[in-house]
Amino acid sequence: MSNTNGFIGKSVKRVEDKRFITGHGHYTDDIILPRQTFAIFVRSHYAHAKILDIDTAAARTMPGVIAIYTGADVAHINGVPCGWQVNFKNGDIMKEPKHPLLVADKARHVGDGVAIVIAESKEEATEAAQAVHVEYEELPCVVDAYKAVQPGAPQVHDDAPANTSFDWALGNPIEEVNAALSASAHVTTLEFVNQRMVPNAIEPRSYNSSYDPSTEKYTLYTSSQNPHLIRLLMCAFVLGIPEHKVRVVSPDVGGGFGSKIFHYAEEALLTWCSGKIGRPIKWTAERSESFVTDAHGRDHVTKAEMGFDKNGMITALRVKTFANLGAYLSTLGPCIPTWLHGTLLQGLYTTPKINVDVTGVFTNTTAVDAYRGAGRPEATYILERLVSLGAHEMNMDPAEIRFKNFIPPFNGVSEPGYVTQVALQYDSGNYEGVLKKGLEKLGYAELLKKQQEAVNSDKLIGIGFSTYIEACGVAPSAVAGALGARAGLYEVGHVRVQPTGKVSVYTGAHSHGQGHETTFAQVVADRLGISMDDVIIEHGDTESVAFGMGTYGSRSLAVGGSAIVKSIDKIIEKGKKIAAHKLEASADDIEFASGKFTVKGTDKSLGFGDVALTAYVPHIYPQDLEPGLDFSSFYDPTNFTYPFGCHIAVVEVDKDTGKVTLKRFVSIDDVGNIINPMIVDGQIHGGVVQGIGQALFEGAEYDEHGQLTNASYMNYCMPRADDVPMIETGTQITPCPHNPLGVKGAGEAGTIGSTPAVVNAVLDALWSAGHNVKDIRMPMTSERVWTAMQL
Amino acid sequence: MIPVAFEFQKAKTVDEAIAAISGSGGKILAGGHSLIPALKLRLSHPEKLVDITGIAHLKGIVEKDGEIIIGAACTHAKISGHKLIQEKLTYMAKGASLIGDPQVRNYGTIGGSLAHADPAADWPAMVLAADAEIEVQGPQGKRKIKAKDFFTGFFSIALHDHELITAIHIPVPPAGTKSSYQKFIQPASRFAIVGCAVMRFPDGKTNIAFTGVSDHAFRDHPAEQFVSGKELNESSINASAEAAMVGVRISSDHYASEVYRNHLAKVYLKKALREVS
Amino acid sequence: MSMNISLTVNGVRYSHNVEPRLLLVYYLRDVLRLTGTHVGCDTSSCGACNIILNGKATKSCTLLAVQADNAVITTIEGLAKDGELHPLQEGFKQCHGLQCGFCTPGMIMTSVDLLQWNPDPTEMEIREALEGNFCRCTGYHNIVRAIQYGAEKMSAIKSTQKEAIV
Repeated sequence: MSNTNGFIGKSVKRVEDKRFITGHGHYTDDIILPRQTFAIFVRSHYAHAKILDIDTAAARTMPGVIAIYTGADVAHINGVPCGWQVNFKNGDIMKEPKHPLLVADKARHVGDGVAIVIAESKEEATEAAQAVHVEYEELPCVVDAYKAVQPGAPQVHDDAPANTSFDWALGNPIEEVNAALSASAHVTTLEFVNQRMVPNAIEPRSYNSSYDPSTEKYTLYTSSQNPHLIRLLMCAFVLGIPEHKVRVVSPDVGGGFGSKIFHYAEEALLTWCSGKIGRPIKWTAERSESFVTDAHGRDHVTKAEMGFDKNGMITALRVKTFANLGAYLSTLGPCIPTWLHGTLLQGLYTTPKINVDVTGVFTNTTAVDAYRGAGRPEATYILERLVSLGAHEMNMDPAEIRFKNFIPPFNGVSEPGYVTQVALQYDSGNYEGVLKKGLEKLGYAELLKKQQEAVNSDKLIGIGFSTYIEACGVAPSAVAGALGARAGLYEVGHVRVQPTGKVSVYTGAHSHGQGHETTFAQVVADRLGISMDDVIIEHGDTESVAFGMGTYGSRSLAVGGSAIVKSIDKIIEKGKKIAAHKLEASADDIEFASGKFTVKGTDKSLGFGDVALTAYVPHIYPQDLEPGLDFSSFYDPTNFTYPFGCHIAVVEVDKDTGKVTLKRFVSIDDVGNIINPMIVDGQIHGGVVQGIGQALFEGAEYDEHGQLTNASYMNYCMPRADDVPMIETGTQITPCPHNPLGVKGAGEAGTIGSTPAVVNAVLDALWSAGHNVKDIRMPMTSERVWTAMQL
Repeated sequence: MIPVAFEFQKAKTVDEAIAAISGSGGKILAGGHSLIPALKLRLSHPEKLVDITGIAHLKGIVEKDGEIIIGAACTHAKISGHKLIQEKLTYMAKGASLIGDPQVRNYGTIGGSLAHADPAADWPAMVLAADAEIEVQGPQGKRKIKAKDFFTGFFSIALHDHELITAIHIPVPPAGTKSSYQKFIQPASRFAIVGCAVMRFPDGKTNIAFTGVSDHAFRDHPAEQFVSGKELNESSINASAEAAMVGVRISSDHYASEVYRNHLAKVYLKKALREVS
Repeated sequence: MSMNISLTVNGVRYSHNVEPRLLLVYYLRDVLRLTGTHVGCDTSSCGACNIILNGKATKSCTLLAVQADNAVITTIEGLAKDGELHPLQEGFKQCHGLQCGFCTPGMIMTSVDLLQWNPDPTEMEIREALEGNFCRCTGYHNIVRAIQYGAEKMSAIKSTQKEAIV
């Protein structure tokens, strides 16, 4: 990179930390506004039930109660919209039943909102909500995606026959894939469930909405990953209120992991109610409420077949998935199992024939949407399980089979991007590089010896591999639009140089743990050759940031950072004109480096601060130039970015109990150029442990009545500090060829790569002792592993 | 959720506490680490809470007249860190350190745990193995209930209305007594899927108790028969494990089916017996 | 029926009338407006509400405010002295022991408690001490490092103080 001033590639300590470590973080639930009121929801305890009657009479007379609204009161309001359209194979548009703000006719999942109670205090709202009497008629329900499409299954929506929102396919014609599988020397087949996950950001969702009748303006504080998107969806699609009179603020947000991307009914409802009562209304989810109302992740029922020739080269891949969408389409619900899943099934391999077929299904469960990785972990899981199982079945080494099948290295500049069978063009990659590095770090040969020695001991050892690719930096708007997105996916970067040379940057990305206030400031300070102390990154407020699409899909630096760079380029260009005028030179002769504008070949120069001051005190100033030094840019990427890597897990399995202990976890991730290695490492650590969580600990369990039986931390097992080892991270750098920073994104890599590595490791342990097992359902609880060992 | 409104009273003496709960709807509050979560979920809605943590003599651990007496309001942390317990009831020191998490151990009390009688709690198995007696006090005065008679069913105990637990009396184990508590945790709640407490006295008498396995903690006499008073070796240990769980109604849940729990109980009994051999 | 309580929080004496059902965490957050102590669950599991009460790590969501009558409490806001960060606060920053920051106050207060009774913990002892604190962002790796940093710094300070006394 040209013109570096020493901030890029440094593990600069985070500038945002001080407020968090001293207890001065500012989260939505910390806000109490003047004349604050509090809301509590009445929610369905049934998964599927007709609402016969709602009696609010007693509740309305209770102390402190201000208002109660039910489904009938909001029936005239539009439902919560879906932001992505997927079509049926025959071209029909997906079934998109209304997702009302409160249900009037029937409840479709446990937790569906039936009424909102607003009172002077949380206590009074709680008591009144308890006094709302709802009469239900329970209906038969269905929670499993595969069962839901069978004839005779209970129907979640009248206007979605067979509970099907869409069916969808991608890749080579199915006949070609079938023929390639038939001609294969070996076919590995796997039927499995990629279980439903509950995102569990530790900060529960929280909203505080207010209305000022004198200005007719609304303000919504929301624990959202993307305030502008919420404002757009809420104003344009749900409430029909003027967007320019609505301010949406996402202050500090305590983790999102996808679950805080979406526009939730409570946001729009609170805003509508605040207009009605003319006072601010706050609602913060209880954890038990979060479990049944935050959009969940994953939940695929899949059959996948991978063909190999006699040398272990992959010949074909056929995938059929039933994707559970829950009771309603969430903001990105249909996109996840299709365009973020099917498109990744090339993986890192040269597989010549691929076909993926996905049915999107309604069930009587909480909506399913993006959860860290979003579709890409599901795709990686299919591939990495099949490749490892195939290697086992063909008696090949799991690393060796991967080396054989990898796409050869390409830089995306002098060598073209790799065009896949499933609609993508990879930007740059060196896949064998990460696996080689991983094996070195692991000490593979040594471990294989230990594994053999352990076969006759109390604890088996297993080594599991996963090599993954993801599509990040979402996304080129035109491509996304062609695939069904109902929004653009560019980002906005606004750089305002103040007269004293201090720099305020307004980004449409939102930091809820990612450290943008540091990483983005490093980029700005580096490019402008100024101190990081002279830069501040502002985000999360529609009033100060022009526009933005928010943070998800590992996009912030690749897209948001690039937008900032565009604005910086404009500032430098204008700065050169100002400096040229003052230094009596031609703008073409001005160089900018290390914070100085210099006339080429001379020692005549002007500092960045002087130029800034001149821009605002334009006494000696070019006639045709506007004063000021302030630029905003939109950056729309030309392609996705494609981070990749290699994850290796080493586990011990207790023969007596089936208990799995994760002994080591090695990851080599290639996320392109790295601005702050400390932050990238941290992203990988956290992502890896979330992926480990799916493999070993977590999973939503619905019973036949549609009750989420583990809707609390007493039964839903979150990974804890004593469940995991230190994560042995390493990186390789293959720059992204198409964005100015050469970055690819690091937010989801850990989660995408890690889950199959752990599962493969447990299976490998069992295989080492001769157990004939193909699959163990996730999470791999002790009982499930022990049961598999009894075979 | 917000608990239902209630009154609150701090008792200075046991008598005062008894009087306070003798009205309708009163409930004893000790560490509160089972009760307060239940209040928050509105699973419990007492009219009055009576805080007994200010009663000094409920918080002592002493050796007296051949007994170790643990006050009901002693926290798990206090018990696991207490020298007397560490020296003479080793397994209790360890078992107490495996309850919940550090914060829970700072507040949760032995009396509260016994009164709550969660089928997966650790204390019930530990007091059963020790042949302990639970001292309780009510409007009719004090009485002692043998541990084996104390746990009567699912979350139910032999406590009368308006009685509260005041202390746990444990016969001082003779020198040379060995003990073990082995626990297989439920990974989310950290309660026991199986908790097995074993005490083996110098004369070979061996007490075996389980928690987590059934609807309440119990002594496994059939398993004891193969090791009690007999030599402990792999063969007698296996025989004991073989005999364990006979006639026991084994629970089944999200984390362990009946078959698996039965298997784990035997594995954990063997671990405990090996530790005391 | 409300009751009067008096207690000391971060060195300041407070007295308020509160309902017996008011949880200590809401007293801190809503009455005293010390919002650094967070609520992340309703089952006493996550530890985001952790404070030091009478010297002990305490989940303030599992205590009634009336139980804290006469207590001496330190919350995250009271940890830095005269603007100088506590070694553990410094450790969390130096080691990138936080991301979204929501679990951080609870994590730090738990580690303060840990180092009180175990000034030189092993990695496993640190991990076990965090059994009652969930973090969804960091994978705990850097939290462990942060606590190790804090422990080293605190023992260094102690030995300098000793030397100074000698």
